[in-house]
Amino acid sequence: MLNKGGNRDTTSLLMDRSVPGRVGVITPGLDVPAAPLPDAAYLRDDLPLPEVSEPEVVQYFTSLSQLNFSIDTHFYPLGSCTMKYNPKINDEVAFLPGFAGIHPQQPAEQSQGALELLCRLQDFLTEVTGMAATSLATLAGAHGELGGVLMMRAYHLARGDSGRTKMGIPDSAHGTNPASAAMAGFDVVTIPSDADGNTDLAALREIASDDLAGVMITLPSTLGLFDTNILEVCQIVHDCGGLVYGDGANMNALLGRAKLGELGFDVCHLNLHKTFSTPHGGGGPGAGPVCCGENLAPYLAAPVVAVNDAGEYSLAEPEQSIGKISGFHGNFGVLVRAYTYIRTLGAAGLLSISGNAVLNANYIMESLKDIYELPYDRTCMHEVVFSADRQRERGVSGLEVAKRLLDYGFHAPTMYFPLIVHEALMIEPTESETKETLDAFIDALRVIDSEATSEPELVQHAPHTTPVSRLDEATAARRPVLRWEAAAD
Amino acid sequence: MVTNFQSHYIPNTIAEQDELLAAVGLSSVDDLFSDIPDDYRNPPLRLPDPMSELEIQRELGAMAGRNRPLSSGPSFLGAGSYYHFIPSIVKAVMTRGEFLTAYTPYQPEVSQGTLQVIFEFQTMISALYGMEVANAGMYDGATSLAEAVLMACRVTRRQQVVVSDTVAPAYRQVIATYCQAQGIAIDIVRTADIGASVTEATAGVVAQYPNFYGGLDDLAALAATAHDDGALLVVSADPLAMGMLKPPGEFGADIVTGEGQPIGIPPSFGGPYLGLFSCKQQYIRQMPSRLVGRTTDTQGRTGYVLTLQTREQHIRRERATSNICTNEALYALASTIYLAAMGRQGLRQVAELCYHKSHYAASAIGGLDGYSLPQSGEFFQEFVVTCPEAPAKINRRLMERNILGGLDVSDRFENGMLLCVTEMNSREDIDLLVDALSAEK
Repeated sequence: MLNKGGNRDTTSLLMDRSVPGRVGVITPGLDVPAAPLPDAAYLRDDLPLPEVSEPEVVQYFTSLSQLNFSIDTHFYPLGSCTMKYNPKINDEVAFLPGFAGIHPQQPAEQSQGALELLCRLQDFLTEVTGMAATSLATLAGAHGELGGVLMMRAYHLARGDSGRTKMGIPDSAHGTNPASAAMAGFDVVTIPSDADGNTDLAALREIASDDLAGVMITLPSTLGLFDTNILEVCQIVHDCGGLVYGDGANMNALLGRAKLGELGFDVCHLNLHKTFSTPHGGGGPGAGPVCCGENLAPYLAAPVVAVNDAGEYSLAEPEQSIGKISGFHGNFGVLVRAYTYIRTLGAAGLLSISGNAVLNANYIMESLKDIYELPYDRTCMHEVVFSADRQRERGVSGLEVAKRLLDYGFHAPTMYFPLIVHEALMIEPTESETKETLDAFIDALRVIDSEATSEPELVQHAPHTTPVSRLDEATAARRPVLRWEAAAD
Repeated sequence: MVTNFQSHYIPNTIAEQDELLAAVGLSSVDDLFSDIPDDYRNPPLRLPDPMSELEIQRELGAMAGRNRPLSSGPSFLGAGSYYHFIPSIVKAVMTRGEFLTAYTPYQPEVSQGTLQVIFEFQTMISALYGMEVANAGMYDGATSLAEAVLMACRVTRRQQVVVSDTVAPAYRQVIATYCQAQGIAIDIVRTADIGASVTEATAGVVAQYPNFYGGLDDLAALAATAHDDGALLVVSADPLAMGMLKPPGEFGADIVTGEGQPIGIPPSFGGPYLGLFSCKQQYIRQMPSRLVGRTTDTQGRTGYVLTLQTREQHIRRERATSNICTNEALYALASTIYLAAMGRQGLRQVAELCYHKSHYAASAIGGLDGYSLPQSGEFFQEFVVTCPEAPAKINRRLMERNILGGLDVSDRFENGMLLCVTEMNSREDIDLLVDALSAEK
């Protein structure tokens, strides 16, 4: 069979490549007397792993990597994902033996450097968000949300306020928000957006009562807009005894420009794998630290890092902590990277990040709004949400426009999200791209629009140049094949 | 506030930024932020000044230098994070930018590399655990087990679980955190008492294999106990031990989770790690997290896609099986490379090295005056020793000889220390430990 991408053939899986007797690693010999093996009831008969040599492993995985688009190889304007450049120095320091090679349960005196780094990072993130305290124990954005809403629950319960069963969430929110609220036992109430893309204050007032635990607000919103009602939103929620959660997924827009704590948010999470440049790794690891005000600090997930007057660092549990939420102290290797990023940039650098990220998004918005429908025509933040409605009238969907971009060497924008924008195309350029790249991307979207008129089928059946074409997802879900099986091939 | 700081991470110069500003009809970057209420815009940001990469290397190098890496001397600490050999190819391949800097594979046409890796991963994890289906991974071993408890409750529509008290204390705490708002009752009992605690209201029996104190519990008996009352058996199992041990699936486990750190991931002060999650085929629609499935493209070529996504939060929102989105894909890749390299022979050899070396150490320490082995029965690579005085004191004196001792488990065993011996410990290391302990009596 011909290769898919011009590299080594990747069509067969490891088990297909397996040849009895090939080895990928030489293990050391046994230098102690052998002990009797356990009772046979505890031993396995067969270990169905492949037998392949070291070069085959390297060649196979390297060839697979070349089937991916990535930030290092392609412009990746995936809205709400902040696909910015991931600095290599961050990876290098995370792999230092003094960081990657230490055990989480070594006595504190053997890990003072690591604990100091975590303590400083807590302080940095507390400062960036304008909050009072931070826990680094949560391992991803959604994990931070779970921690944060559990803290809101614990706060109300500690005050004997047990009737607050509802969590208000805007209709534009990420799916993780309602899913996290449900895991924390709340009933989700949807808050509509108003005509300008802000929180609908009248609708919020309707649900603001003594059964509202709080609201989860993404700022800027997933429409890429700064909610100009935000001060009133916090006021209304606080007046009814509720709390305001901030989803910090879009914090790249606000670095140094505004602090959630000062705006009235009680608790928020940050996505270090978005705003603070740690690599997404094809879907993680991330880190989702939780920052909060004085009122919620006692409830933070354990552990947090404390420092005493002698400058000695140790792990501590907040007095009314919601408990341990992960195995150890958070995704340390990710935290090292984020620390390095903040240290590299300082306040001036972070301001420049938000300024350029927002400027680039507005440049794309202005350059394309004559041909792509712009549902909310106002200054955007770090991302712009278009609708492909005008292209749809010519028989080309938002999905097809996005897929056609792949042929031009650009990763697709986020599609069909937020749910309240028809045929949504959500574009987040980040600060990492050159003007030349932005212009090339704008040109591609303009060409695709004209193709929608001149050669709609070309767009409808895109992509044409990728390692595989459109995949049959319906069959994949109807008859799931989720692992290699000898008989299946 | 206008800043003239030119970061090396931002290509556009001030002059180019001015061009873009002109194109959007504004005169300054600050104008872009006029939606932020005036009193709240441009707050002071008190952070240290920017640093060059050279300075960063020095500062971080100094901080790393104030920690004691496991490689700097004999180390016998396990208890949930393990020091194992990682072939150099793992880091070399996983740090390729095409893997490292890609997003979740939502666009399958340009993500076949990541998707095919996850398919390989699912194949290998189900094989290791003797299970029918594995997902694309969870955050870590603790959260994976907590999600398995929630899943057992969904599958059985019951709200009570029985957890063995030999499950790692941290895992039990995370289960409690995950269950605190869901009205799920958690009974923590001695393994011997599990049979008496399971009723027709029990959703799941939860065990660890090998257990936190190193021993191998009778999973066949636990499976029978659970299934007799219609409950599921949920097991958290060490994937590296599966190189030699009969997998939980062969004992009848319904959900098998684990901490993926031992297979190709450095200890890294506790993270990032990798949650492993597998189950019987009949339960796949109740699984949390991503699944990759095989399919074909419009030209009939084999390809891979994220599938059964209607379980997930971005489709199902508050009715999703979990809120998990970003997981630990890069470390699933690391484990897949590790398992491919170790292969059928290598993983068994490593597991057996851990087994024989730990038994050599246990036998030698158990024979010292003042020390004893309080647990009988089979174990894999960890065991508890009863020490003649407080383990914390002994550990301090071991460190004077640059030996990292075991975890203090005196809350459960009087003067108990949980020791771990892996392929990283040479006979010389073990003999040094034995000599040092001997001098302590």
